[in-house]
Amino acid sequence: MSGDAAAVSPRSQWPLYEVFVRGKRGLNHVHVGSLHAPDDEMALRHARDLYTRRNEGVSIWVVRAEYITASSPDEKDPFFAPSGDKVYRHPTFYEIPDNVPHM
Amino acid sequence: MTTVRSDDVEFPHSREHDVTSSPNELQRHFERTIEHDHRIEPRDWMPDGYRKTMVRQIAQHAHSEIIGMQPEGNWITRAPSLRRKAILLAKVQDEAGHGLYLYSAAETLGADREDLTVRLIEGRQKYSSIFNYPTLTFADVGVIGWLVDGAAICNQVPLCRSSYGPYARAMIRICKEESFHQRQGYELLMTMMRGTEAQRRMVQDATDRWWWPSLMMFGPPDVESPNTAQSMAWKVKRHTNDELRQRFVDMTVPQAQALGVTLPDPDLRWNPERGHYDFGEIDWAEFKQIISGNGPCNAQRVAARRAAHEGGEWVREAAAAYAAKHTGGRTGPDRHKSTYAASAAVQDRHKSTYGDSGSAA
Repeated sequence: MSGDAAAVSPRSQWPLYEVFVRGKRGLNHVHVGSLHAPDDEMALRHARDLYTRRNEGVSIWVVRAEYITASSPDEKDPFFAPSGDKVYRHPTFYEIPDNVPHM
Repeated sequence: MTTVRSDDVEFPHSREHDVTSSPNELQRHFERTIEHDHRIEPRDWMPDGYRKTMVRQIAQHAHSEIIGMQPEGNWITRAPSLRRKAILLAKVQDEAGHGLYLYSAAETLGADREDLTVRLIEGRQKYSSIFNYPTLTFADVGVIGWLVDGAAICNQVPLCRSSYGPYARAMIRICKEESFHQRQGYELLMTMMRGTEAQRRMVQDATDRWWWPSLMMFGPPDVESPNTAQSMAWKVKRHTNDELRQRFVDMTVPQAQALGVTLPDPDLRWNPERGHYDFGEIDWAEFKQIISGNGPCNAQRVAARRAAHEGGEWVREAAAAYAAKHTGGRTGPDRHKSTYAASAAVQDRHKSTYGDSGSAA
């Protein structure tokens, strides 16, 4: 046993990684879950074994959870208020007569 | 990213919310989210009871998947063909995967994975009673796939709509994979039923031994399941134990007929008035014995899990040492904090509140 606390940290002190998988070419990477791993490379290998046992992906991203900056999950969050009243950003806001084609 | 943060000790999970949110407003918002069939997500405010229930349920479920590797893992080296061996390996690997999806989901509530493992090997948290029965013959592998995984599917399909988002998502992934488990088991049994008389007897014997324990997997009868009402109100649970048990019986009887085995219950018969099969009384005394730790394999299962955990310690240490060496010590104790769990304070707080008194699922 080494005296270095970091070197002998138990598994729970392995950092948490969030895992994103691209299902197939042409699709975005999508968050699928998380796992613990001692380093980036092991995280990628664990992610492959854990989340793509049945050809669920062609590409995996792993990122340390601590590096993710997140907004509050609350749907009433004022953070999202700026987009709440801008209905004119949607195509359905504009009335176009039915006889105008291709619009 | 939020405007105001408070150090309100009474509602530490609400750090992300505006300080003007009163306890009642938070509670109402939580209830409305559930009413509208929306999912509760990790950093939402939730009542302590809900958090505690979810951690307990998800942890027990995760432990069941992990312990569930043992009864069948026992047969990997003795599978009768390479085909069966490859299938069994894949199935047991899936169970490990299911356990890990679920531990991840539990962590989003502030639980600590190491702590959950310790609770399991110290016998402070439970797992499904079914895994405390021995697997005596290779027919047991087939019957576990057919009945045990069949019962698990019955239980788990409604959990895909559980109100807690990460749990529901894990269940969707798990249910997709369970279907393979059940089908490989049934196919194995069909193969044996086409074999010799001795093989048919093995299938019947395994069915006789696993039928009643499979029915117990749905938990105590509704009248003795005091938590059911609250779990239903929170939409953590979508059907009662007895409803799910009945559904399983109704689904399984025709499968047994197609297979050519007899289910070991003289009272099992179609009831045209109810539109369901009636079945005999379950031996709840046996169930209680097993969940209290006195089943045939309880000690063995936990000892095996403990041996694996302790035996793997040097590997975990070596991997951490390697990572520290190659990243210049980036992997330190404070660097594993989840984006989900609100704060260390919340985690500590919940360590003391969840889990010790878990009853079987």
